[in-house]
Amino acid sequence: MRKNQVAVVGAAETTELGVIPNMSQLQLHADAALNAIADAGLKLSDIDGFATAVETPQQVCHYLGIKPTWVDGTSVGGCSFMLHVRHAAAAIEAGLSKTVLITHAESGKSMIGKTPRSTAPDSLNGQFEAPFGVYGPPSMFPIPVLRFMKTYGITHEQLASVAVVQREWAAKNPRAMMKDPITVADVLNSRMIAYPFRLLQCCLVTDGGGALILTSADRAKDFPRKPVYIMGTGESVETPMVSQMETFNSSRAFKTAGPLAFRGAGIAHKDVDHLMIYDAFAHLPLFGLGDLGFMPHEETGQFIADGNTRPGGKLPLNTNGGGLSYMHSGMYGMYALQESVRQMRGIAPAQVPNAKISVCHGVGGMFAASGTIVFTNERSST
Amino acid sequence: MAEPQRARPKPTPETQHFWDGTKAGELLLQRCDACAHVYFPPRPFCPSCASRKVSIFKASGKGFLYSYVINHRPAAPGFTPPYAIAVVELDEGPRMMSNIIDCPQTPEALELDMKLEVAFQALDDKITLPVFRPAKG
Repeated sequence: MRKNQVAVVGAAETTELGVIPNMSQLQLHADAALNAIADAGLKLSDIDGFATAVETPQQVCHYLGIKPTWVDGTSVGGCSFMLHVRHAAAAIEAGLSKTVLITHAESGKSMIGKTPRSTAPDSLNGQFEAPFGVYGPPSMFPIPVLRFMKTYGITHEQLASVAVVQREWAAKNPRAMMKDPITVADVLNSRMIAYPFRLLQCCLVTDGGGALILTSADRAKDFPRKPVYIMGTGESVETPMVSQMETFNSSRAFKTAGPLAFRGAGIAHKDVDHLMIYDAFAHLPLFGLGDLGFMPHEETGQFIADGNTRPGGKLPLNTNGGGLSYMHSGMYGMYALQESVRQMRGIAPAQVPNAKISVCHGVGGMFAASGTIVFTNERSST
Repeated sequence: MAEPQRARPKPTPETQHFWDGTKAGELLLQRCDACAHVYFPPRPFCPSCASRKVSIFKASGKGFLYSYVINHRPAAPGFTPPYAIAVVELDEGPRMMSNIIDCPQTPEALELDMKLEVAFQALDDKITLPVFRPAKG
């Protein structure tokens, strides 16, 4: 896929984020979609391509009155929307669609019209993980952490600092759910959820949604917003069973998707001005920094604890506050993408000055899947 | 029925031999006849080389503690928190999720790399789970 041939021309979240007791999951999709349509200055009838996850494309298209000629229902967890961006860019380049709408929404907190999630007892997860007491992401996602810590000499304090730094970013963001400053001691004294992780190292549970609109870069210049170009993309899956990852010292899906996106964009790590690494739990930025090749895994904990990713640091990371402090409806990838787009448009609440390249890295279904998008706001950039 | 609400595996044709094995007090793995790869969970072909010629064999039941969490909340039905959810690396190579018995469910007692041996915990007359305990000696 050639770089910078497709652009984001519409991007919006739901009107409200957080606790939204007066809207179903499906209406949250519509709310985000209508906001994105307005942002792009389009009509619903302009949309000829559609993608979503968990909720089905047919459900959302019917509800909105969209008649697509290209659909993508890839549903691999919270990074599904990174994969949708990749697939949509390919579809637009191939001429299968002109204008693609991607939506996410989840009534994660209020649980209104939420798609049920369950593990069948005759699935592999149902046979070989569920009987041993896994029960929701907090009991599964952190299972690799102790091995990762031992291998690389990562400390509990370093893992706590991830939450502290992201709260600093959230404090700058009026829409963030949690804005009060916290310390490493606050994190390490918060309620135990699944050792080694405590409450402040686990993502929020909120309601909300978001939507993106993509079209060809040639058309993008005629839209009201500053185009944000798709410079590089990557995706992969590994296993739905956290116990069956190749290793707990890294994520194979991360190590596949990340470098694919960097190679596609033709960039080096020093070119990255802004970084999003999906943080459902506090260890994910460490896995991401290592697996995407920013530094050896051994250095990731100290790098964050030293303040390199905080406001004013040399590698601004999770600048909306992340899943730990901004919001997390269940599939956070859409919100990471929204923040990358805001940073590239230059309108983020905690704007990184002169940012030209943003890398947005997602994870899905524990470590089952991964998607990485490199964005730029300069079509001719290297 | 020790824990009636606990999630109960339902075997499929591809996994039935594994659950027959645990019921008989044996931990069964599979080895590829073509490339000798040992793998888990069960399937009737080799995930490394795609050969359909694979054999079932009895594993040593020995391994070590690869990683774990101690789950406090929310607790799965049939479990009393805090309880450890462990991943054990078997001497034959594959890893599997399990629980650790005969051991305090604390970070101090659960040391990474500690040697473990398999034990069997009957859920009912059909399903017996493989669990692990600290190895003797």
